[in-house]
Amino acid sequence: MAENFEQHSDISAADLARLTQEAQAEATPSTAKIIWSEFKADKPAMAALIIIVGFILFVMIGALFINTPKMMETNIMGYFNQPFTADFWLGADSAGRSVAKQLIVGSRNSIGIAIGLTVISSTFGICWGLISGYFNGYIDWGMQRIYDFMMMLPMTMMIIVLVTIIPHYNSVTLTFIFSIFYWEGTSRLIRSRTLAESEKDYVAASKASGTNHWKIIFREIMPNISSLIIVDCTLSFAENIGVETGLSYLGFGLPSQTPSLGTMIANANDPNNITQYWWTWLPAALEIIILCLSISYVGQVLRRAADSSQRQGSVN
Amino acid sequence: MWKTILRRFLIMIPEVIVLSILVFLLAKAMPGDPFTGSINPKADPAQIHHLMKINGLYDPWYQQYWNWVVHLFHGNLGNSYQYQEPVTRLIGGRAANTLWLALFTMILTYAFALPMGVYAGRHEGKLPDTIIRVYTYVTYCIPFFVILVIGIWIFGYVLGWFPTTGSISSDATGWLHTFGSRFYHILLPGLLGALFGTVNIVQYLRSEVIDSKHSDYVRTARSKGVPSKDIYRHHIFRNSLLPIAAFAGYSITGLLNGSIFTETVFSYPGMGLLFVNSISYRDYTVITALVLIYGILNLIGTLLSDIILSIVDPRIRIQ
Repeated sequence: MAENFEQHSDISAADLARLTQEAQAEATPSTAKIIWSEFKADKPAMAALIIIVGFILFVMIGALFINTPKMMETNIMGYFNQPFTADFWLGADSAGRSVAKQLIVGSRNSIGIAIGLTVISSTFGICWGLISGYFNGYIDWGMQRIYDFMMMLPMTMMIIVLVTIIPHYNSVTLTFIFSIFYWEGTSRLIRSRTLAESEKDYVAASKASGTNHWKIIFREIMPNISSLIIVDCTLSFAENIGVETGLSYLGFGLPSQTPSLGTMIANANDPNNITQYWWTWLPAALEIIILCLSISYVGQVLRRAADSSQRQGSVN
Repeated sequence: MWKTILRRFLIMIPEVIVLSILVFLLAKAMPGDPFTGSINPKADPAQIHHLMKINGLYDPWYQQYWNWVVHLFHGNLGNSYQYQEPVTRLIGGRAANTLWLALFTMILTYAFALPMGVYAGRHEGKLPDTIIRVYTYVTYCIPFFVILVIGIWIFGYVLGWFPTTGSISSDATGWLHTFGSRFYHILLPGLLGALFGTVNIVQYLRSEVIDSKHSDYVRTARSKGVPSKDIYRHHIFRNSLLPIAAFAGYSITGLLNGSIFTETVFSYPGMGLLFVNSISYRDYTVITALVLIYGILNLIGTLLSDIILSIVDPRIRIQ
């Protein structure tokens, strides 16, 4: 095709190059470019992004240098050590364990579970929503009934019951248990968008030319709603941080010997700790707040980037 | 209309049955049995076996399930092993606390959210709208239990304005004093729940107001010379009220799920705290009953919302 075009046209090579350049300048910029320009236009968003990435890298690498079993040993000399001292930057808890070190390892665990949960539950929710929305009919009806049933379950209670049934669980099993219950929001969103997308002409054309259903779903519809997927994943990541920490706070998440942001906040359950020894739990609580706010802020920026009428950054 | 409601009810029945089987099996799968706690060196193993037998714990699961269902329909949910009390009475005592708290939180939520939503929609794109959007966004993305802990720390312990445990003070006597004390105990959790739970209502109302601002009936009212204030108060707000009311059902389910955290943080003796305690004591008659009750309440809440929405919006009905 291209050769043909060059042979029969009277456009000179220089003109062709110029025209190509002009066409590229006018073409829709790539998603990554749009997102990047959006961040450049919004300074707080840039700050939020740097906080998140820097913090996650810091705890992931920092936790490698901390010997967890040794850190969790009781050290009677450090009993409720005051914060801001040379040995204990953020003080020590009732067993004389350094709060700062627990915070680093705990953040690693909590963020790790949140990332795992987001990956598993979003993947499942996206597939569920795509299939349910695309095959309108009996399949959709059946999948909707299962969805309704899952929505009816009291999630927190079911998770607690499952956690008590399983005798030896670790962070991986915990992530899977959470994932059973946290795919509904994503699937609902993706389903409604897929329903609208399946009505469009390109899907009808693809069907008419005999394309495989799965290829239509995953290679044609999914890329078209990818911006929605990115936004949803970011926002559910922020929510998922609250899921694990909340259950660990109640005492049904990570076991108390494994530090997590939630188990650290659970120190506040003791009336003495909550007022006198505020450093045992307040840093973890503030950390969760800052993390969740930053992540959802980034999510908002991504949402803006996905909707061309709300963009603030200019690409060119 | 009636067809929709009837169909929703019919779909509900198998859901409840599946839930009850699931809950029952999960409770059976929990480690230990209710008599594990009473085993001590003096206890005779044969006696424990005897207890297990007369309580039907050796029967096959479907037999036990059937017995449980038959008892359920007689209003008998079994005895709590921890409290040595019928489960129905135990939960009945706690349910009122949870429901009062949920109702109070919901009223406060609407009281905060309705003016905010209308105001944001009316001043779309201006400063108040931005402030309200930022507010709802900030309150939405912080995990609720963190808010509760920080709230009880600041207002309960540091400032000492509110009680930090229980549902009523021990020296409350007389009708008025009792009521006042109860109200005082639910004030802080209710306020926190309401201040941090406005996002859905505000966003929905805001977009509803923005939509109807440009509709024909508003233009008619304007050309008749109705003052702007009255258009918002009587015309637009009235029209948005019913779908907003429908949110009540959904927010009940949200509040019930949140009650586990609220009641644990505030040591408030409701169903959520009872659940957490029963889990630690493996008191599985109570656990099954609570999970079932919460499931059914969730279902009723969603059903209520769906029915109201289908009355308001015929498009939902046709499907």
